[in-house]
Amino acid sequence: MSTTRRQFLKIAGLAAFGLGTSSALDAAEAVAKDMPGAKYDVGGKHLAAKRWAMVIDTRKLESREDYDRIIHACHSVHNVPSIPTKQEIKWIWTDKYDRVFTDDMSQHLSPAVREKDYLLLCNHCENPPCVRVCPTKATFKRADGIVVMDYHRCIGCRFCMAGCPYGARSFNFGDPRPYLKDVNPAFPTRMRGVVEKCTFCSERLEVGLLPACVEASNGAILFGDLDDPNSPVRKALAENFSIRRKPSIGTQPGVYYIV
Amino acid sequence: MIEKVLKGSPAFYIWLLFLGSIAGLGVFAYIFQLQYGLTITGMSRDVSWGLYISQFTYFVGVAASAVMLVLPAYFHHYKKFKKMIILGEFMAISAVLMCMLFIVTDMGQPQRMLNVILHPTPNSIMFYDMMVLMGYLFINALVGWVTLEAERHDVDPPKWIKFFIYLSVVWAFSIHTVTAFLYAGLPGRHYWLTAIMAARFLSSAFASGPAILLLLVMALRRLTGFDPGREAIQTLTKIITYAMAINVFFFLLEVFTAFYSGMPGHQHPLTFLFVGHDGHASWVVGWMWTAAVLAILSLCLLIPPQFRDNERVLPWALGILVIASWIDKGLGLLIGGFTPNPFETVTEYAPTFPEILVTVGVYAIGLMVLSVLWKIALDVKKEAGTF
Amino acid sequence: MYNGKYIIPGIVIFVGLFTFPFWSNLLTPKYERPQLAMPADQKECIEPAEYMRAEHMHILDVWRDQALREGKRAYVASNGKVWDISLQNTCMKCHANKADFCDKCHNSNSVSPYCWDCHVAPRGNQ
Repeated sequence: MSTTRRQFLKIAGLAAFGLGTSSALDAAEAVAKDMPGAKYDVGGKHLAAKRWAMVIDTRKLESREDYDRIIHACHSVHNVPSIPTKQEIKWIWTDKYDRVFTDDMSQHLSPAVREKDYLLLCNHCENPPCVRVCPTKATFKRADGIVVMDYHRCIGCRFCMAGCPYGARSFNFGDPRPYLKDVNPAFPTRMRGVVEKCTFCSERLEVGLLPACVEASNGAILFGDLDDPNSPVRKALAENFSIRRKPSIGTQPGVYYIV
Repeated sequence: MIEKVLKGSPAFYIWLLFLGSIAGLGVFAYIFQLQYGLTITGMSRDVSWGLYISQFTYFVGVAASAVMLVLPAYFHHYKKFKKMIILGEFMAISAVLMCMLFIVTDMGQPQRMLNVILHPTPNSIMFYDMMVLMGYLFINALVGWVTLEAERHDVDPPKWIKFFIYLSVVWAFSIHTVTAFLYAGLPGRHYWLTAIMAARFLSSAFASGPAILLLLVMALRRLTGFDPGREAIQTLTKIITYAMAINVFFFLLEVFTAFYSGMPGHQHPLTFLFVGHDGHASWVVGWMWTAAVLAILSLCLLIPPQFRDNERVLPWALGILVIASWIDKGLGLLIGGFTPNPFETVTEYAPTFPEILVTVGVYAIGLMVLSVLWKIALDVKKEAGTF
Repeated sequence: MYNGKYIIPGIVIFVGLFTFPFWSNLLTPKYERPQLAMPADQKECIEPAEYMRAEHMHILDVWRDQALREGKRAYVASNGKVWDISLQNTCMKCHANKADFCDKCHNSNSVSPYCWDCHVAPRGNQ
């Protein structure tokens, strides 16, 4: 069968399209350049660990002021807005025993334990479902076990919120800025349409500071390397009975509770 | 063949204009959403997906259901479906387009959509979902167009298209399986964490999708006189009946596992949907009972042959079935998955007016695409004498 | 020529519209590089000004991934000086006048990056 004019035009058109797009892609690639000689390095002050983890000694936290101080420390340093609706945003907050440890371990807990408030935050799981489901790697796990987000890359699909078994994630349904009274000028806010959560203060660890909640807790929250037997968290876990949230689902949370 | 769109009756253009104005309202509401964010929807921190994602899920099923015509026609050489098959393929195209629109409307940062391709993440089911949906759109457009073109010229379709036709059968199952995997792989959501999810999705899709198709084809028969053939309708109805029976059976399996095992996590979503949980009886309760009653009623009208083959009863039976499956999958699935929330408490969700407007707008766009594609198909059939 | 009285004016109108960018550019005032407010107490940026002018967006792009994903928050510049990687706390410490530095150039080039939807501009220069 000889080539008809129609077939010729089809092939010519496809070829022109291919050439056009490939050269446009080349041009886009060629634009951005690194400065020769520039390098990237970890800062001198940064704190390192194989697996960061947190131990919350709930016995040392009693009054509402204790919790509010800790929550305020986190939320003010990270510019977490207070939105008074169901579309609220929270990185660290409190709830009662039944809501935090939903596998009802003992029907007859001591009233003191059952009525108490417990701090909740992202568990920085060893095996995080949110990272598994994220379609853009906007949520990812760092080598030191911290699960963080790249707000620049998040497309706002909220699959991670459906995936998180701990309800640790919040979505910016609207612009968060009108709900921020005082903005910490050293830390960014977030924009409308991205998910956010606790970062285990990875930005503070990198300049040699412990997480804000740990600092504000007067020793009730411990933070350290789970892989180091001499770290404060391992010592506390060795000496006390501790529990984690929803252990049966295999996520291996990095937040432990001494009850 | 596109030129067929340009020559139509005034009624056809009035219909398009009507759909266009509804779509316009939806676009208007969507612009409002772009301006203020998803805060204008009823979604919340605890119920973070709503009507958009549930409609996406439902219409993936509708798209997949084209296979219920393709499979008998090409695997079993059931000739009676050949006349209608193009309508199923074109319905799949418009359904996939709607799915894509629902995904985009649900995104917080739609302008970053391409990040899914720029940073491909094979561990995310969403990544596969994007690929299978794109692929399904392409396959159906290709197969639909090539076979219709062949019909127009009164020749056999080229041999190579067979490959894509067979591929489309496998692909149809894959799109809905992957969509079910979006839900079924999440460890903390009791209502979704079930191995039967994909099977339930497929059975409900193969009941509701062909039912929608048949209803539309019956409307078409009234409007244009296009007759798919009595036997084709009866066979498709049988397929729908089996699929719906299996769908109801699968749902009852869930009920058995939840309540006989007595595990609270498995029971809570079901009790929330049908009687309320923790003292909260939500507005969904009424809807879910409606769905349950209508599902049984549709089976009662479809299983006895004297009702099923009665073409005055059939549209009612199909309509009832579509409503039941829509409530089950288009409302209950999402709400049951998110309630109770990870703290075992109840956060209510109800779609807001702008949210419904956007959703209806997407329906209108889908229906517009469908109308245009079906018009092309029917005009070609008229010309070729296969009407 | 058939229909010449339609075709020729049509071509003229088409050519006129098609070349619109060229002659509209000739008629409007010439583009002038905006006068930017430079930091008073600093002479040098992290890299030469020419490079920064052309590639600052690229540098920010790499900075973001290095700091966030690789945990590398120190930038060793080509001249060996070390800087903390931070748009808010390094760049905008010196370039504190967003309106007369960032915005001026972005506006006259009609680009609107959304950096400041999240990153906080130094106070008092909105």
